[in-house]
Amino acid sequence: MDVTVTLTVNGVERTVTTDPQRPLLDVLREDLHLTGTKYGCGEGRCGACTVLMDGKRVLSCVTPVSLADKKSITTIEGLAKGDALHPVQEAFLEEGAMQCGYCTPGMILSAVALLQTKPNPTDEEIIAGMNGNICRCNGYVKIMNAVRRAAGKMRR
Amino acid sequence: MTDNITGNRPESKSVKPFVTPSHEFTASRRTFVQALGAGLVITVTDALSWGQRRGGRGGGGGQGGAMPVVARLHLNDDGTIAVMSGKVEEGQGARTELSQAAAEELRVPFDRIRIVMADTDFVPDDGITAGSRTTPGNIPPMRQAAATARELLTRFAAQQWQVDAGTLEVRDGTITNKKTNQKLTYADLAKSKEIAEAFKQPIESNAALTAVSDWKVMGTSAVRANSRDLVTGAHRFPSDITRPNMLYGRVLRPPSYGAKLESIDLSEAKAMKDVVVVREGEFVGFAAPTLFQATAALEAAAKTVSWKPAPAPTSSKTVHAYLKEHARMGSSSEKGFAEAAKTLSATYTLAYIQHTPMEPRAAVAEWDDGKLTVWAGCDGPYRVKGDLVRLFSIPAERVHAIIPDMGGGFGGKHNPDAALEAARLAKAAGKPVWVRWTRAEEFTWAYFRPAAVIECRGGLNAKGSLVAWDFVNINAGGAAVDTPYSIPNKRAQSVGSDSPLAQGAYRCLAATGNNFARESFMDELAAAAGVDPLEFRLAHLENQRIRTVLETAAKHFNWFERRKKVTPELGVGLACGTEKNSVVAACVEVGIDRKKGEIKVREVCEAFECGPIQNPANLTSQVQGCIVMGLGGALTEEIQFENGKILNASFRDYRVPRFRDVPKIDVHLVPKNDIPSAGGGETPIIALAPAIGNAIFAATGVRLRAMPMRGDALKQV
Repeated sequence: MDVTVTLTVNGVERTVTTDPQRPLLDVLREDLHLTGTKYGCGEGRCGACTVLMDGKRVLSCVTPVSLADKKSITTIEGLAKGDALHPVQEAFLEEGAMQCGYCTPGMILSAVALLQTKPNPTDEEIIAGMNGNICRCNGYVKIMNAVRRAAGKMRR
Repeated sequence: MTDNITGNRPESKSVKPFVTPSHEFTASRRTFVQALGAGLVITVTDALSWGQRRGGRGGGGGQGGAMPVVARLHLNDDGTIAVMSGKVEEGQGARTELSQAAAEELRVPFDRIRIVMADTDFVPDDGITAGSRTTPGNIPPMRQAAATARELLTRFAAQQWQVDAGTLEVRDGTITNKKTNQKLTYADLAKSKEIAEAFKQPIESNAALTAVSDWKVMGTSAVRANSRDLVTGAHRFPSDITRPNMLYGRVLRPPSYGAKLESIDLSEAKAMKDVVVVREGEFVGFAAPTLFQATAALEAAAKTVSWKPAPAPTSSKTVHAYLKEHARMGSSSEKGFAEAAKTLSATYTLAYIQHTPMEPRAAVAEWDDGKLTVWAGCDGPYRVKGDLVRLFSIPAERVHAIIPDMGGGFGGKHNPDAALEAARLAKAAGKPVWVRWTRAEEFTWAYFRPAAVIECRGGLNAKGSLVAWDFVNINAGGAAVDTPYSIPNKRAQSVGSDSPLAQGAYRCLAATGNNFARESFMDELAAAAGVDPLEFRLAHLENQRIRTVLETAAKHFNWFERRKKVTPELGVGLACGTEKNSVVAACVEVGIDRKKGEIKVREVCEAFECGPIQNPANLTSQVQGCIVMGLGGALTEEIQFENGKILNASFRDYRVPRFRDVPKIDVHLVPKNDIPSAGGGETPIIALAPAIGNAIFAATGVRLRAMPMRGDALKQV
């Protein structure tokens, strides 16, 4: 049976009536037309679908939408403030840390979540924090550089 | 970015015939204005629709002498210039480098270029995006078009001012007569009827191109124009396209390869609210307002299916013996081996692997009044269009294919499967339909990088020189099958076999396997000759370009010193090679824990040369990406199959490289400006696996001859 879920997405309250088992990913993309969050595997193993729920990193492809009820969700579309990009977005641009760019939204949100808990991460902590995200262009070297650069920006 | 499989099996070739040239000009399209991409507006004229015809021979891209300037290039009255390319951007940097090429020859800043890519209503058929062909095959025609335009514009200004064109300066899109300070800008000339007429002239193949030493835009690390949209989520990848009233589609797949549909009960699926069910022979698909509903309908129907399985000839455990048994071998040449003092032979193998681009194949199809528009993730817009024209037997002018910049490919998206599925479902539903394969579908129904058996034989004379060479690749293809070493008696060949799985292109394709076998075997021969692996190679290597990268990598890695420090837990190895007119060498350090069966690549020092460097930052990304992607094929990636089923169709069970696997990477781009630029997105992958295998051997004395090289194999010895 369909249920009604109320969630705040990028600061805007949204109400969706749907099957409670639908992945949050599908609801974001299909019902709310926020296609910045990507499908990569549907098994929670690649990080492309990463969003923040109440500030914490979740994998939206394996999160039933019912779990998002009364929660605050941040997607890649909600990270910039107007024209001002989030420091992590800026860092990815400055380092050229994307090739095809499909994993980039998930990478950026994982980095945001990481830097919230570890503002001054060691390389080992960056690896541990980002290891759930796959980049098949294999641009990990520049992504590491971008996360280091973002940490520096956010400390300032 | 990919090679196309070669060999003697037509059915295994991934290259299909290109679309027949279509004469699509219709009066209704004589002029209209179309918004494209990032707010770009261009006026499409009758001459521009010429551009929809085939661009050049064999997909090489637009070298045909008769293409008019307007098929490639259009001046906008805001000073920007629209340029057209049939190539696809999938992360390799074609969008940026084609734009740099046009800007360079037009003498305008990079940000003045608005490139339209991979849209069959606007761009020439430049063939599929594959084989590292964009740089050698499509950059030069883009430069010629831009240089022709610049010369036409300059000549026009010279006529206006009654001066010699050679006295005029062209800079930043402005033509200046320095004596009189008269100026004309490209924006002024955009409105000129004479220029519009002049641009119908053919692109001049001998238009003067800017020398590498004078490059101002090419050779710089220009940034992809839509990169901001990638970090904000605003870019619409193929799987992100939505249309009004769009439905989401799923397609029924057999449980194993070759299984035939015997019966299915679609009544439950048909009874579901808002679900469209399509059955056309073996094709059974479902479309619904949400993906979840479409999947529920698919699952309801799948429970009722009866399948007749097909016999499965082999599994991943027995596939190499199977391929060898079915190999179409030629006769062996024994010349040279008779003189050899010492003969070695070894058999190397490669597993099937998957490309696994982050974005699975996807498409949206929309029918409107008998016309079909398809947005798809595929390596060639004209391939999508051609396949749709054939599937529906409709005239070419009724099909419009668009490839938005897509989420990776690596040679895995040559076929427009999802586009065909979406179009069939959309036709039946009477609404636009979206299809995006699941990861499991991608792992199972996309084609694979071929498995291979590679047999090597080499003969050394009494002085330890390599005098005889025999090398056969079974099933993977002929890329880089020839040895670059100077050996007096040699034979190298690629032969086909019966592939039990669908196989096709992959980043550098057979060159990876051929180089793995050859460079590992060269190490075996060096050991047999009692010579250092670097010295043994150099002693047999006349190719100066390979020598340069090999020596560069060895110098930066400090090869001789580090080789002295090898222990059973820490090995160093090197390898080199050439393919697609570029050259590469890598030195690696590998840590080994034989008790745990662990192989950890700790450091890679790679030198690469592909002629003049068109964009250093992009090339660095490509080389780094190749190195890390190469780690997966070298150590962990392997499709396991049995009874016509893929056993590891998930990221849980198929291990691709992650952050934790990344070694210290030291890339040296070797400049060489006296030859044409070659593509750089593939060849850097071929040196990794053999360098790793050689490092493992140096540490342990164990030679691993199967890709992937499993640490477990070290435990067993």
